[in-house]
Amino acid sequence: MPEPLLELISVSVSYGEYRALDDAGLIVSENDFIGVIGPNGGGKTTLLKAILGLVPYSGKMVFNPELQGGKRIGYLPQISTGDHSFPLTVADVILSGLMMHKGRIPVMTAADRIKAAGVIEELGIKELSDSPLSELSGGQLQRVFLGRAVIGDPRLLLLDEPGNFVDSNFENDFYEKLRILNRRMAILMVSHDIGTISSHVRSFACVNRKLHYHPSSEITNEQLLGYGCPIQLITHGEVPHTVLKIH
Amino acid sequence: MEGNIFQYEFVIKGLLGALFASITAGLAGTYIVSKRMVFLSGGITHASFGGIGIGYFAGINPVAGAAVFGVLSALGIEYLSVRQKIREDSAIGILWALGMAVGIIFIYLTPGYAPNLISYLFGSILTVTYGDIIALGIMSLVLILWFTVFYRMILYISFDEQYARTFTHHVNFFRYVTTSLIALAIVLNIRMAGVVLVLSLLTIPPNIAMLFTKRYPLIVVWSMIAAFAGTSAGYVISYYAGIPVGATIIFTLVVIWLGAKLVSRKPMKFSENNDKKLLTNNN
Repeated sequence: MPEPLLELISVSVSYGEYRALDDAGLIVSENDFIGVIGPNGGGKTTLLKAILGLVPYSGKMVFNPELQGGKRIGYLPQISTGDHSFPLTVADVILSGLMMHKGRIPVMTAADRIKAAGVIEELGIKELSDSPLSELSGGQLQRVFLGRAVIGDPRLLLLDEPGNFVDSNFENDFYEKLRILNRRMAILMVSHDIGTISSHVRSFACVNRKLHYHPSSEITNEQLLGYGCPIQLITHGEVPHTVLKIH
Repeated sequence: MEGNIFQYEFVIKGLLGALFASITAGLAGTYIVSKRMVFLSGGITHASFGGIGIGYFAGINPVAGAAVFGVLSALGIEYLSVRQKIREDSAIGILWALGMAVGIIFIYLTPGYAPNLISYLFGSILTVTYGDIIALGIMSLVLILWFTVFYRMILYISFDEQYARTFTHHVNFFRYVTTSLIALAIVLNIRMAGVVLVLSLLTIPPNIAMLFTKRYPLIVVWSMIAAFAGTSAGYVISYYAGIPVGATIIFTLVVIWLGAKLVSRKPMKFSENNDKKLLTNNN
């Protein structure tokens, strides 16, 4: 059995008196595609932030050396973060995904720009490379932020509600991009929409302060209740790959 | 003879003053406009008037007093907004008025007559000393160095602070240092444009530049050019028309901005609006 990429052992996060994440354990292995689900305020984003070192936690987190102490973790935050009218071009935003590999005085080289151009091409937004962010649609913005998350060749990709801002004609395309990326990186994807993501992920982590791992992409309302994850399963008749059991 | 010496000084002070004011205004102004810190900068400017008053009262250089007040209030506001303990705009509003009140009280308490008060409020090139200009020159150099060396860092922290925290532990350090430098740049420009008008010297040029480009480095360069055009033209006009220089500079800048708005509007209006419509339809 290969060594896990990341192992969380009894990780807890508190905001003042409030315990947002309690005694969470999780093993992320290479090529995993885990959907992180749970009610609002249940600690899904907190879990990602703890892995990124953005919030202090107690417990233990074991990083595989391949993650280079976190440098090889890509992060797509919720789209609401950042000022989308800030005078930056698409290429500049994507380049910022290389900052963790830079020293004290970060300078972008010609090689970095070529790399960014490659990512931009792969995402199918070549014509937007020099466009300011303020001129992009929600779906285009989401692609740019995905580019920022993957330009540093991460081994683990953390996505926070990527479905929120995806317009419908871009949605299938977006998940197809993730499927291709999943060949070279494990993915941990937070979402409140189990119906849509169940056809893309291979397993679930249900987070409601506690974390329950569910090693299959099929999940029932009873199981969710058993995990203490009171969320509704929504079936999407239009989506062809939905594999949900409803009882 | 006397006229020549006066004219020589006038040209040197005016040219160097306008040049350094434009460099600082371009760099500091683009930062505060992009980061939507214009109101915060207004707070810093007016808070620093408290330092001018205390400087008068204590018999030290009022600009030094203003610098201390400006930087302390900048750091105070940044600290409060990082901790999110108080509504930031309320804090700025309180500091704004407090600084003016402290300044007026101490100037009132100062024995004798405060001859330069009006020049601090509305700016006056005639009272600008070579020391002021040297200080502004050093400030220009420091700002150029800071923004060039840490360009990417400052840019990305300003754009998305939460993401920036994933690649650096020094987000707060960069915020504090940059805001302090901005506060110093504002205070040194008070000598040129005055407490009441200095904010426009920083905010109008980037707004002119942004009509033509959305790229941060280009906005900085065009802001400097617009600021230099506005300050030097305003300076000359004020001399020949015999009107206050600070007000003339700001008025000139607004005229340039209006002109630029008209010029930039014509060819772009049609295509830009259509693009926007297409994008919203895609959603």
